[in-house]
Amino acid sequence: MKMFTVSGSPHIHGENSTKKIMYGVVIALVPAMLVSIYFFGINALRVLVLAAASSVFFEWLIQKYLMKERVTVSDGSALVTGILLAFNVPSNLPSWMVIIGALVAIGMAKMSFGGLGKNIFNPALVARVFLLISFPVAMTSWPKPTPLTKGIADVITGPTPLGIVKEGLKAGKTMSELRPELPTYMQDFIGNMGGSMGEVSAIALILGGLYMLWKKIITWHIPVAMLTTVAVFSGILWGFNPEKYADPVFQLLTGGMLLGAIFMATDMVTSPMTHGGQLLFGFGVGLLTILIRLWGAYPEGVSFAILLMNSVVPLINRGFKPRRFGDNPGVKIKA
Amino acid sequence: MGLLKTFRLGGVHPPENKLSAGKPIETLPLPKQAVVPLGQNLGAPSKPLVKRGDEVKVGQLIGVGESFISANLHSPVSGKVLKIDTVLDSSGFRRQAVIINVSGDEWMDNIDRSTDIVKEIPYTSEEIINKIKAAGIVGMGGATFPTHVKLMPPPGKKAEFLIINGVECEPYLTADHRVMLERGEELLIGVKILMKALNVNKAFIGIENNKPDAIENLSHLAKDYGDIEIVPLKVKYPQGGEKQLIKAVVNREVPSGKLPIEVGCVVQNVGTTLAVYEAVQKNKPLIERVVTVTGKSLKNPSNFLVRVGTPVKELIEAAGGLPEDTGKVIGGGPMMGKALLNTDIPVVKGTSGVLLMREEEAHRKPESACIRCSKCTYACPMGLEPYLLSRVSKLGKWDVTEKERIMDCIECGSCQYTCPANIPLLDWIRLGKNKTGQILRSRNKK
Repeated sequence: MKMFTVSGSPHIHGENSTKKIMYGVVIALVPAMLVSIYFFGINALRVLVLAAASSVFFEWLIQKYLMKERVTVSDGSALVTGILLAFNVPSNLPSWMVIIGALVAIGMAKMSFGGLGKNIFNPALVARVFLLISFPVAMTSWPKPTPLTKGIADVITGPTPLGIVKEGLKAGKTMSELRPELPTYMQDFIGNMGGSMGEVSAIALILGGLYMLWKKIITWHIPVAMLTTVAVFSGILWGFNPEKYADPVFQLLTGGMLLGAIFMATDMVTSPMTHGGQLLFGFGVGLLTILIRLWGAYPEGVSFAILLMNSVVPLINRGFKPRRFGDNPGVKIKA
Repeated sequence: MGLLKTFRLGGVHPPENKLSAGKPIETLPLPKQAVVPLGQNLGAPSKPLVKRGDEVKVGQLIGVGESFISANLHSPVSGKVLKIDTVLDSSGFRRQAVIINVSGDEWMDNIDRSTDIVKEIPYTSEEIINKIKAAGIVGMGGATFPTHVKLMPPPGKKAEFLIINGVECEPYLTADHRVMLERGEELLIGVKILMKALNVNKAFIGIENNKPDAIENLSHLAKDYGDIEIVPLKVKYPQGGEKQLIKAVVNREVPSGKLPIEVGCVVQNVGTTLAVYEAVQKNKPLIERVVTVTGKSLKNPSNFLVRVGTPVKELIEAAGGLPEDTGKVIGGGPMMGKALLNTDIPVVKGTSGVLLMREEEAHRKPESACIRCSKCTYACPMGLEPYLLSRVSKLGKWDVTEKERIMDCIECGSCQYTCPANIPLLDWIRLGKNKTGQILRSRNKK
């Protein structure tokens, strides 16, 4: 007699898969990858390949020999972490530091918590902060962007726009005095400025973000809440004193703001589960970023802000529940 | 099409696969032996009135519903009772059934078998409800809640609207669709009967927009019935869920743990409404129903008018035989139906379809780690957090399941359908519901 499979409903499954999501993120990262190679040359490619390959390798190694479980590196999550790590460092970072970064991201921030889905903090950002604290000089020597069309990238380094502002204001200069030293908004928008190799091009990051929205990999809540908070908060301060505070457009287009808002803060694993929680999370990241940028010791605060907010995600998940069906009947209920 | 009504929270869009939508209803030949389970309704099983060797006619009462939530049962065939024995039901449990060897097709004399349509409704509300109760009618969408109970609101509650469920949001199923096309007039009279029974003066028939022919047919017919409104709905699963349908049609939400009557609504399914027409106007008890037999490899996906008690294998035979590559047989639709152990299991009052899935469609994909993507939460039509409910169910934290409103889950399967990690969310949530329900019931007893 023919035997049939018996299992609980539902008996069909949709098109979603972890792989599709992860490789979807990789596709969304392609424009920014291309821009970083365009401006930072072969060095950017080196960091990119090295970070991605060593992340995948470390995950394989740890799963197979340390955790002794089914190896799932093909799901693409380690690849995403690797690329994002590369995006978060200068393109001239020594190779061995990149490899250490990958080990910290995968080994410390991800696998030691139990692997995919179980980590509290964004792995790429943990590695970035680890590198920043361990190798402050290497992590803040930003090569000047040299378009591929203008020959081989040289080794001249210079400060990021945020660094210029931070140091300039500290030295008593005003914003209008600093303006000539800064790249134009158009340069910010295209990516022609100093910075971590993947964070510079607003247009490429936004393109990737739109792709992820279209593919339903992310929702708008975190990026919009974060960027709105930044715009409003920095806008108010700028309105009070435009000589002491940079304008909101500058805040939005420079540093890791867009990379953070679109790719790092939206990491599914380390962000809240409901839209309400995501709005609060985005607000918190935006607020902390500006606080650190304006009054902290570092010129840039996106990574710290996201990591700090990562740590309160479990709390946010407790407090923010979805709107339950039936709580607003739409008609008076007789007791 | 942005103006079409639908429910707001959650929902998914599985491929529709309505393979049999264009197939008119055919009457299936009688089975040689009918297996008629006694527990075909939600609530207490019917108490058998026949014994081995008894001769029965079509429509003869063979089981009686004695408690409040129970239903009568009638013989769907004529012949001799072979025995009363336990048989496998669609859930895989052994249940009592009356097994009848069929001979001829002799009906009870009081049943009007003509095809004339009787429009006049000369009965009072009470008479209608009694007739429906006598005819053993239950909700034919699958939940099999006794229909007469739904028509008797508890004291202090009053129905305002009758909503007829013509959504048929389960992929593959087309039985209700065909009834709306082929039995429209009778269906509308059935609606009038239910309106009279409930003493309401407004009824809606909610139909998803993927059945434009049914919407057109009923809208045309409904012109003669001023107070029945056809409501086209945007296609979204699970719109056929009672609470989702009410939300979509009249924008009211049934509160947690309450029945639709709380917001002044009573919902009946299309198949049920047709059965009500036949019971009240034709004295015909619920002994047959329309069943979709379908599947991608099946030669002839069809809609059959089938006597209750017919083994599903006879339906499959009539639709071209069991395909070689069949891996799973489902009673009902692919989202909420039950996987059958074998094809001897009979059609019951709540069987809306028989779906044959190919071997390669029959297995779940391997489970991987939850990536906390929230897609289950976005998909949940009840505003729950399936990832959390499944996890705390796995851990046995029954206080948390209760607090997180696990009992609100309608088991529509949208969460599991949408999960990228292929986690069997609903398996765990069902377990959690079961345990939490037990705890709640024992607490209420004290």
